[in-house]
Amino acid sequence: MRYLVTLKVTSQPDGPPPADLMEAIFKLGQEATEAGALLDNNGLAPSSEGARVELAGGRLTVSDGPFAEAKELISYALYQVRTKEEAVEWASRFVRLHRDLWPGYECEADVLRLMGPEDFAPPA
Amino acid sequence: MTLADSDRAVKAVEAVWRIESARVIAGLARMVNDIGLAEELAQDALVAALEEWPRKGVPDNPGGWLMLTAKHRAIDQFRRRDVYERKLQQVGRDMEVRQESAEAELDDALDDHIGDDLLRLIFTACHPVLPAEGRLALVLRLLGGLTTEEIARAFLVPEPTVGQRIFRAKRTLADKKVPIELPPPAELPARLASILEVIYLIFNEGYAATAGDDWVRPSLCEEAMRLGRILAGLMPGEPEVHGLVALMEIQASRIPARTAPDGSPILLLDQDRSRWDRLLVRRGLEALGRAEALGTLGPYGLQAAIAACHARALTPEATDWERIAVLYRLLAHLTPSPIVELNRAVAVGMAHGPARGLEIADALLDERALRDYAHLPAVRGDLLAKLGRAGEAAAEFERAAGLTRNSRERTLFLDRAAALRHDRGC
Repeated sequence: MRYLVTLKVTSQPDGPPPADLMEAIFKLGQEATEAGALLDNNGLAPSSEGARVELAGGRLTVSDGPFAEAKELISYALYQVRTKEEAVEWASRFVRLHRDLWPGYECEADVLRLMGPEDFAPPA
Repeated sequence: MTLADSDRAVKAVEAVWRIESARVIAGLARMVNDIGLAEELAQDALVAALEEWPRKGVPDNPGGWLMLTAKHRAIDQFRRRDVYERKLQQVGRDMEVRQESAEAELDDALDDHIGDDLLRLIFTACHPVLPAEGRLALVLRLLGGLTTEEIARAFLVPEPTVGQRIFRAKRTLADKKVPIELPPPAELPARLASILEVIYLIFNEGYAATAGDDWVRPSLCEEAMRLGRILAGLMPGEPEVHGLVALMEIQASRIPARTAPDGSPILLLDQDRSRWDRLLVRRGLEALGRAEALGTLGPYGLQAAIAACHARALTPEATDWERIAVLYRLLAHLTPSPIVELNRAVAVGMAHGPARGLEIADALLDERALRDYAHLPAVRGDLLAKLGRAGEAAAEFERAAGLTRNSRERTLFLDRAAALRHDRGC
């Protein structure tokens, strides 16, 4: 099963992320890759560089970022695992690094299963 | 705590176990120099976790917790053994010293070279003294963290059979005093080939069931790919490891496209390529690039290169059949086999016309190894059909249908035969 983990930041201290944190994140990514679990991941540039295409009331509107939400989506990771709990464990390790290495930082990681061939399997 | 909470905690323990068990067992195996004992100690730690974590919560460093707990069990064992030996030999003076040095050694053993420990465990579990089925079961159990029941289900055999295989494999390793170590350089290529073979067997077991109606059991494919990626991380300088990873990723990319809604198989050239998993294709091509950058491709790398020719073609017509034919020739040179030759016949038939392909296929008619192989008549049937020899082609597909053990494949062959007879008006 594949799980997409998205990270949204809810509160970020001033200044760049500590170098320790970046190094720990890199190491964890390497570990998850070498464990065969992490398939793909990347950081996302601020929404001020993005845009939104919206459908409301039958009308399409395109607006440039930044988005108004308080939570900015800043990264994603795609895992191949056997259970939801495994994906949760990897996500917890990732979030725990932020707790330990960047005081004051707050975030939330959503763990979502991707549909796979099993969701479209013919009835047995 | 509610039932749901405790259920969640148990599942969290299982998740950690799956992520960490191989490393814990590998570290312990080096300490106690016995795979069976290492697994028992690790299992003890798992039991302790299942008792403690649901009450106290999952620790911050669950892998470290498992390792430490297992280590303490190992030290207890050493102590007991030490006491026993001391009584036996009537010497007690150096007990403390020895105890301390043993514990220091344990610390070293667990903290250093986790990667090396894992590699040693993989090489030992895939040791050639073990039969293939024993290697498979041991690898899935020790490296994959699968239970005996899960392995049994995946391989469609009774659970006690798998238990026996694991038991016998461990006993063989102990009886033959197989050391838990990396092979000497001279033996490395053969020993590595043994590991790659096991991983690819696991993959193929998932990719195509040889008998019965279950065409794909993707979870075994995922397991094999995970093992391959782990090995690639441990042996980044071995082109064949990357070659095997590339082969598996590219083959697995076709899983969503190779079965019709009614469960019947769809052949490569008839597949809806928009359903191929582009992420796996990309990962496969990257792994192939790593293999190529390291030197000459071996058998897995060549097969991956062939698979890559298909993966790169956005339409079947865009397939570089000439390159595929050349790659099959190289593969036949490295690993001569009538099946490789049969595949070459298909590629040559596509690149240089069905008559040339049929020449190669016809040369295989006397091969004993292919006497009951359904795909020889199927390939000949396809080439004959392209040459307009419909009657002969239909007879070949009927022969193929009589030989295959896969019921869905049988239907496919019979349909082709019927269509050919229909077109011919008989």
